[in-house]
Amino acid sequence: MNTRKSPLFLERQSYKQRRLIDMIKVLPLVGGLLWATPMLWRNGDDGDVKTSSAIIFVFLVWIALVTLSSFLARTLGRADAEDPQKDS
Amino acid sequence: MATLNVLVAVCLIYVTFLFVVAFAAERAAMQGKGGWLRSPMVYTLSLSIYCTAWTFYGAVGYAARSGLEYVTIYIGPTLVMVGWWWILRKLVRIGRAQRVTSIADLISSRYGKSNMLAVGVTILAVIGTTPYIALQLQSVTLSFTVFSGAQPGGSSPVDRDSTALLVAMGLTLFTIVFGTRNLDVNERHHGVVIAIAVEAIVKLFALLAVGVFVVWGVGGGIAATLERIDTSEIGMWHVQGDRWATLIFLSAAAFLCLPRMFQVMVVENDDEGHLRTASWAFPAYLMLMSLFVVPIAVLGLDLLPAGSNPDLFVLTLPLATGNDGLAMLSFLGGFSSATSMVIVAALALSTMVSNHIVMPIWLSLTGGGANISGDVRNVVILARRVSIGGVVLLGYLYFRLSGGGAALAAIGLVSFAGVAQFLPVLLGGIFWRGATRMGAFAGLTVGFMVWAYSLLLPSFGTGALISQSIMENGIFHIGWLRPQAFFGIEGMDPLVHAVLWSMSLNSLVFFVVSLIGFPSPLERLQGAQFVNVYEHSSNPQSWSGGAAQSEDLMIMAQRILGAREAQKLFEREAQRQGVTGYLPEPSPDFLQVLERELSGSVGAATAHAMIGQIVGGASVSVRDLMAVADETAQMMEYSSKLEAKSDEQARTARQLRQANEKLTQISVQKDAFLSQVSHELRTPMTSIRAFSEILRDSDRLSAEEKVKYSSIIHGEAIRLTRLLDDLLDLSVLENGQVNLNIQTGNLEDLLEHSVVTALTGSDETAITIRRNRALESAWLTTDLDRLSQVFINLISNAQKYCDAETPVLSIQVNQADGVVMVDFVDNGTGISKDEQAIIFEKFARVGVQKAGGAGLGLAICREILARLGGSVSYLPGQGGAAFRVIVPVRIPQDEV
Repeated sequence: MNTRKSPLFLERQSYKQRRLIDMIKVLPLVGGLLWATPMLWRNGDDGDVKTSSAIIFVFLVWIALVTLSSFLARTLGRADAEDPQKDS
Repeated sequence: MATLNVLVAVCLIYVTFLFVVAFAAERAAMQGKGGWLRSPMVYTLSLSIYCTAWTFYGAVGYAARSGLEYVTIYIGPTLVMVGWWWILRKLVRIGRAQRVTSIADLISSRYGKSNMLAVGVTILAVIGTTPYIALQLQSVTLSFTVFSGAQPGGSSPVDRDSTALLVAMGLTLFTIVFGTRNLDVNERHHGVVIAIAVEAIVKLFALLAVGVFVVWGVGGGIAATLERIDTSEIGMWHVQGDRWATLIFLSAAAFLCLPRMFQVMVVENDDEGHLRTASWAFPAYLMLMSLFVVPIAVLGLDLLPAGSNPDLFVLTLPLATGNDGLAMLSFLGGFSSATSMVIVAALALSTMVSNHIVMPIWLSLTGGGANISGDVRNVVILARRVSIGGVVLLGYLYFRLSGGGAALAAIGLVSFAGVAQFLPVLLGGIFWRGATRMGAFAGLTVGFMVWAYSLLLPSFGTGALISQSIMENGIFHIGWLRPQAFFGIEGMDPLVHAVLWSMSLNSLVFFVVSLIGFPSPLERLQGAQFVNVYEHSSNPQSWSGGAAQSEDLMIMAQRILGAREAQKLFEREAQRQGVTGYLPEPSPDFLQVLERELSGSVGAATAHAMIGQIVGGASVSVRDLMAVADETAQMMEYSSKLEAKSDEQARTARQLRQANEKLTQISVQKDAFLSQVSHELRTPMTSIRAFSEILRDSDRLSAEEKVKYSSIIHGEAIRLTRLLDDLLDLSVLENGQVNLNIQTGNLEDLLEHSVVTALTGSDETAITIRRNRALESAWLTTDLDRLSQVFINLISNAQKYCDAETPVLSIQVNQADGVVMVDFVDNGTGISKDEQAIIFEKFARVGVQKAGGAGLGLAICREILARLGGSVSYLPGQGGAAFRVIVPVRIPQDEV
């Protein structure tokens, strides 16, 4: 049982780390939202979405997600390395 | 055209290479040089078993048929990985903390280590995976036939069935060799993992190579290829929104729930930090895998003759353009995809089957526990090996029976939807403490029934396993129960329909049944451990040790972990406890450690059961219960306050009860006292009245008689007076209204006076008094008259009641610590034990009285001595009636 009470305000480093984790948490939601937009595209041959545009959109989202995720994960890894006793 | 022989040779070389790599990895790990084996990149690559032959070959075919819809299969896992902080991190932490061996083990462990649930999950996993293994075998044989059958001529030199059989046997061999080498799943299968990582690189490289070749070699660059895509038959966006969303959800769910994914993601995970790398590296891998799928599909449609199987474009496109080397590489990529999936799936399923089905049956057949003979370790390994063979064989049989073809290709998504049924139970288990075993069981059952009825059975084609009439009219002719139109609503995509209803009914039933039921203590403990895994990282289960025999445990552990491992573990634990030798005390801590070690080999439920058989049962400690209640310090403080308050109330209640009892007693005493007083007064009164009536009414009484009767009246009157005097005296003493007349005098004189007074005027045989005057010289400052009254009473009692023939009373005086003890001991028969308790009570008289005392004497003595700060008590065991009077030399001031 964890009886140690966590403080209300954190020092700068821990605060930053929390916000980093918030960003990691939000990332899949943003990705899911972006990837959900194809549902709104008009369908079929009378539509005006070319497959090439669709490919470019889908893969751009993908690349953005990978890049951001990589950046956040590495930043978090560095923060963890500096503060090893922190429960990450 | 590559000859089949070259192909077979390359294939054999590749397989040999994989064996060598796996073997080298195992060796390196054994020699402790396997640091690189546990790198985050190897972990990421091992996740690539998600990309099976179905995705390697099938994605292109999928794209050729439905455009961009295939990316949903990769988008789902990408979102899960990018959102690792939400679910995967927790799963991995739980997997490590609880030593989980499979998804069935995780679910059973969460829901109170229920083996029933584990068996259910295992069976469903086998049902969901078998067609998938068949699919892999099919794709390998198909790719073989592409190479051989490309040559014109009706009869293919390759026998499909024997190819599949050979492949199945090879895979079984590989899995057995590298998958069951060590038993502890936590030691990880380095050989398997590294082989899969190599295969992951091969299949990615192969697909990228084909893609690059297609785009730049055939398509003429990016721009030209994009243009070609737009002008092809899949040139326009043609994906239904409902399927798009459903498939993303489905692939995400399957990614979490597939037994093989769970195996590489959670069980084989060495370090939680690897997830961080995989969170972006694996999405990148998936993106690269799907990057060239559409171009390959479009160019395949363009260049290959109409009617070619689009599922094999990856292979046939290089072949058609004469790039045999590339085709060979592509073949190896597909081969890698298929084999890695089968290996891990067989490994994961065999763990589940042997831990949850074979071992429990074997244990119950052999009696289990420490009584079993032989090496359990061998049994477990054998069970694993047989299970691996069985799982692959099932896949092969399915392949043979289904005859391959399109029916099999459709099974990919059906299989996904099947294993996705674990999702509510899995997520509910790790996020919701209210989830119960019954809820999980009910939800899974309903989900799988709906899945089988609405998706699995119809997938074999109408009329195959499900009749035409059921498809059209519903089961029992209930229109609302048509397999693909529940509630009579038609027009939904069959897959979307099945996923929607199976998942929602599954979740609903799981939720509602969980709400209704009440979980067992073990379930609640495990629930708290799983949901709050970041707060608790210890195992909650407490064994009540003591009854367990360390030696029995040692015997059992040796059979499962192996003698060396078990001895090492026991020695380490013994050292930790500060015990020398190999046998630690069976403390709850040690039993926990042992259970976890064992669960790595045989699963949580079996390990729990085995230890339970020796130890005799688990106990739930107060600390554990607190953890369940999840009481914060504040809560505990509050509860301890409540406890104190209730203690106080209990004390008050006890005091009140005592007071009430005392009052009742006093009331009874008072009644008894009154009735006794009345009785005592009545007897003399009766005589007085009777004789005074005689004197009044009879005239002819002789003077003699008159004297006699008057004397009786007089005597009785004296007795009455004495009684009333005594009562008055007692009442005064009891109320504390007595005035003490403090004097100083010598004890010897006082006793002399008392003896003389007591014996004077008595007509009975004089009692002999024995004294030791030398000890009696003590000066007392007290109420001498009252003290003398006590002495007189005791001496005359002895004279009256001593029943010896020559009665003797000895008076002994002792002095100590400012008090004087005077013992009056006679030589009679004494007072029986029962009566000793009551002689100091009012009106208590011993036996049949020869003297007409009122029974107040000793009561008065007691009261007097209480006033004087001393006491009088009966002294048993002195050979006769004995009374001890204790009186302080100087009366305490507060008594004055």
